[in-house]
Amino acid sequence: MKPETKKILFDPFVDKNPITLQILGICSALAVTTSLSATLLMCIALTTVLAASNASISLIRHHIPNNIRIIVHMIIISSLVIVVDQMLKAYAYETSKQLSVFVGLIITNCIVLGRAEAYAMKNPVGLSFLDGLGNGLGYSLILISIATIRELFGAGKLLGYQILPLVTEGGWYYPNGLLLLPPSAFFIIGLIIWLIRSRRKEQVEQADFVIKKNIHRESM
Amino acid sequence: MESYINLFIKAVFVENIALAFFLGMCTFLAISKRIDTAIGLGMAVVVVQTITVPINNLVYLYLLKQDALSWLGISGVELTFLGLVTYIGIIAAIVQILEMILDRFFPALYHALGIFMPLITVNCAILGGTLFMVERNYNFTESVVFGAGSGVGWALALIALAGIREKLKYSDVPQGLQGLGITFITAGLMSLGFMAFSGIQL
Amino acid sequence: MLNFIRRYLALSNDSPKKIVFIAFALSLVCSLLVSTAAVILKPKQEENKRLEKRKNILTVAGLMKDNADIDRLFRQVETKVLDLTSGNYLSDDQATLMQKRLAEKDPGLLIKIPADQDIAQIKRRTNYVPIYLIKRDDEIDTLILPVHGYGLWSTLYGFIALQNDGKTIKGLSFYQHAETPGLGGEVDNPKWRHQWQGKLAFDEQGQQRIEVVRGKVKANSPDAIYQIDGLSGATLTSRGVNNLVKYWLSDQGYGTYLKKIWARQTNQ
Repeated sequence: MKPETKKILFDPFVDKNPITLQILGICSALAVTTSLSATLLMCIALTTVLAASNASISLIRHHIPNNIRIIVHMIIISSLVIVVDQMLKAYAYETSKQLSVFVGLIITNCIVLGRAEAYAMKNPVGLSFLDGLGNGLGYSLILISIATIRELFGAGKLLGYQILPLVTEGGWYYPNGLLLLPPSAFFIIGLIIWLIRSRRKEQVEQADFVIKKNIHRESM
Repeated sequence: MESYINLFIKAVFVENIALAFFLGMCTFLAISKRIDTAIGLGMAVVVVQTITVPINNLVYLYLLKQDALSWLGISGVELTFLGLVTYIGIIAAIVQILEMILDRFFPALYHALGIFMPLITVNCAILGGTLFMVERNYNFTESVVFGAGSGVGWALALIALAGIREKLKYSDVPQGLQGLGITFITAGLMSLGFMAFSGIQL
Repeated sequence: MLNFIRRYLALSNDSPKKIVFIAFALSLVCSLLVSTAAVILKPKQEENKRLEKRKNILTVAGLMKDNADIDRLFRQVETKVLDLTSGNYLSDDQATLMQKRLAEKDPGLLIKIPADQDIAQIKRRTNYVPIYLIKRDDEIDTLILPVHGYGLWSTLYGFIALQNDGKTIKGLSFYQHAETPGLGGEVDNPKWRHQWQGKLAFDEQGQQRIEVVRGKVKANSPDAIYQIDGLSGATLTSRGVNNLVKYWLSDQGYGTYLKKIWARQTNQ
């Protein structure tokens, strides 16, 4: 693979991750990550819509009038989401019921519109498709990590299979109820960001104020 | 009258659309750095929400629902599958119109809020508000109250977070958590706090 | 045709003609895409929904087996249309007509529920409901009654199965809802569902006693036979389930019908 293509595809994994650096796509990250199977389906749906919308918008990018730019984006994205939703209802009925509202909310998922504005409007179709794919995978990486932590330690299960036997069923594991509640997703993302930025110092944000060192004087 | 007040209070506190349903998070986390910008965006969201939820309500009741088109003489038609596209289209259109009105009549406000308007279109809280209204089958007046309430709730959460972040500027935050990291943790604590409201019945 | 398109595409992006053309063309392409997908996939989706509903009725009655032919198993189930106010079945002819009207969602059938009685927050209901009976040797063995009510994010639709005494619960199962995955969504958890088996909905005097409590049920409490554990972290969904069960078992729902079943039982 050419170096630039590699960069487009793999940058969004850590260096330019949509969730931890670009602050996009947070809403769904919080709500669906209590169940790994629902999360996997969500990631597939989002990556598909993202890659397809990036490619479509890039295809007609030279002909979109400025006044209706946003509406054009929204129409393309909504149509793709409706198609994906219909396919889920036809071929993955059980799990799609779990996702319900959130597939519809992919329309407003900032990653999709954000990448359309930032990349697809200015780049050719092939590269835009890869950019969409890369960002979708970066998003999936974070979501799957969060879901694994939350489902495993919150309920002792992964993909519905009991991994840590619960006390209520004669085992030894006391499930951490907090992990099943939405605020825990905030905390986990915060900690993941801390982890990433400890390794990649260039992502660290500069503080607005530097606190002066406390100089202890004997006399005032 | 009392039920409308109940609805409003519920939408602002008990079922706060940002801290209980986690909608509108992206702008929530990105724009909460300064209180003045937060207030500006909050006001814009309240206005947009109060206008779009009732309009979408009318569209749902008179165009999309089962047999909604009976006033035109067409019955037996159900168009709810067009719901998502229609609501987003209307929201985008209203935001665009608002942007043009601001630009023409309130240029100072336009310069302050200008960049946020496209962000509001994509704000899941706006679409989410409409989707809740459809799910709960509100009538027109209830839609107005709910729109205003959910907008105010979101703005309240945003301004509170901005206030906390301004104070955090003077704190010794670990480098890796600076900025985005500590904001996430703060938002998590705020939502834990708001969970105290859940289960309150008015 | 191609020249026509090419001419329009060559226009400047800001010309009003171009704006209209792009808007029109885009809407056309997108609506074609969406409608094609919707139409092609609709039969499969309807089939999924139909089988799902039957599977749920069979599950709630304890008749479901893995990989079974759902339609064949469903032959044990008899469908009747109930008049909620009188508690009587409609005759077979009336029932067929009524089911047709219900399937078409005839708005004339919907009655508004006064706010103070609407504990399940469903606002409107029909007075005629299809219910499902499992018979053994011509005697009713299980009653399967549709229930629905509002939870946190959505309306939950399901069935409650009662034994032939009209008081003991065989199961409660939801086939459609959009509650939070992992929290309210745990209404689908087989362990939580299993609790409903054997609980009593009504006591000896015919008072409705079944409830979903907050937290866990105390096993040695005398009321435990009427109680179900709340869903951890899902107060509003739990309350929704509690309210919808209460509503549908009251005289507003199947109460009148159930009283008739009890009367028939004591007369035997």
